[in-house]
Amino acid sequence: MITTDILIIGAGPTGLFTVFEAGLLKLKCHLIDALPQPGGQCSEIYPKKPIYDIPGFPEILAGDLTTNLLEQSKQFEPGFTLGERAETIEKQDNGSFIVTTNKGTKHQAPIVAIAGGLGSFEPRKPPIPNIADYEDHGVEYMIKDPEVYRDKKVVIAGGGDSALDWAVFLTDVAEEVTLVHRRNEFRGALDSVDKVQELKNLGKINLITPAEIKGILGTGKVTGVAVEKKGEAPFIVDADHFIPLFGLSPKLGPIGNWGLEIEKNAIKVDNALDYQTNIPGVYAIGDVNTYPGKLKLILCGFHEATLMCQSAFKRIFPDKKYVMKYTTVGGIDGFDGTRKEAPKAVVKAIN
Amino acid sequence: MSDITLKITDREGVLHEILAPTDMAMNLMEVVRSYELAPEGTIGVCGGMAMCASCQCYVKTDHELPEMGQDEDMMLAEAFYVEDNSRLGCQIQITPKMDGLEVELAPEM
Repeated sequence: MITTDILIIGAGPTGLFTVFEAGLLKLKCHLIDALPQPGGQCSEIYPKKPIYDIPGFPEILAGDLTTNLLEQSKQFEPGFTLGERAETIEKQDNGSFIVTTNKGTKHQAPIVAIAGGLGSFEPRKPPIPNIADYEDHGVEYMIKDPEVYRDKKVVIAGGGDSALDWAVFLTDVAEEVTLVHRRNEFRGALDSVDKVQELKNLGKINLITPAEIKGILGTGKVTGVAVEKKGEAPFIVDADHFIPLFGLSPKLGPIGNWGLEIEKNAIKVDNALDYQTNIPGVYAIGDVNTYPGKLKLILCGFHEATLMCQSAFKRIFPDKKYVMKYTTVGGIDGFDGTRKEAPKAVVKAIN
Repeated sequence: MSDITLKITDREGVLHEILAPTDMAMNLMEVVRSYELAPEGTIGVCGGMAMCASCQCYVKTDHELPEMGQDEDMMLAEAFYVEDNSRLGCQIQITPKMDGLEVELAPEM
């Protein structure tokens, strides 16, 4: 069991900044995120895109913002459970919560802060009629263990970086790699596109474009896919595995069943006070919450995280006296033993 | 500047005739959101960067629309339920010339 003071669901910018604000109050944080890396949308959807409304940064790339937020909070030593989705929450007799992920990892904390953005990122599943029947029987929406594909016939569909990169990678593992995309052009990084071209020329990747997978064949497991080139009759490609890689889209998912008040796909919170939900001790901050006048902006998430941490502190230590300190005055004492502080003024007399 | 009229069929097949401002730098996805014609969180997920296709729509009239950029084209190449008249609403800025435009929202992906 992982224990902490504030359990943060979602490692996007709001969740990461919560670690810093909590750290100032000497509260420890642990973050859970369905994605394998921190940063949320900023790292998953648009790492190379600029953001212009982060106070103090006239322009910053979303990926760089994530890097900076990790750097800013690292002395508070946050824990991470990445690549796992928060699935259930159970209130304990002592008032704390146990949150369990889809992989069974358990986390206990007196405070839960949901900073889940638009939800956890789930693979986008192509609308092929019988695809659900083959899930985990030859259809996989993400590659967890490449060894599964050793000496197998693999068909990958998609035109982005993950489709290209995995097609390249699997040429060394699989018996046969076929890449199917609806266009001749690919959206991925140029060197990945070049690499696929090279492997295609060497006969190591069977590239079928512009084409779409229209059906899956096999009894109980995948044995082939029906590929249709635009304007032509479909044909069969033998396959042991079909891996559609069409990116990820966020879904509120299991959090929607936690007994929280939901409005417009977001969690209702008390914005007059501390962004607490209808369950005392459970807060919702950033894009995942809603209240009158809500704006889904990163900078608003930072503000909400800051007030939420103050409220969390009072909840954990109801009798402790506390006065907010400016970091310029008080410095920062990391949980790792480091200390940051403003340099002392040098006093020198003039004779 | 005056408003224009748009006819938008939502994902349930209901037709909405709405007024859209031409002086607020809005795009079609934002108009749909402002009238709440699709549930929040199911449209404009990436915020309008042509990176999610949650605002895909089918254009039913032959109004002159902004030319499709490469981002939009490549995103549609990976979206589902794509038709020849598919566009991403976030890439269509509302202009006075679009008065009477009719679109239908594509299914949620």
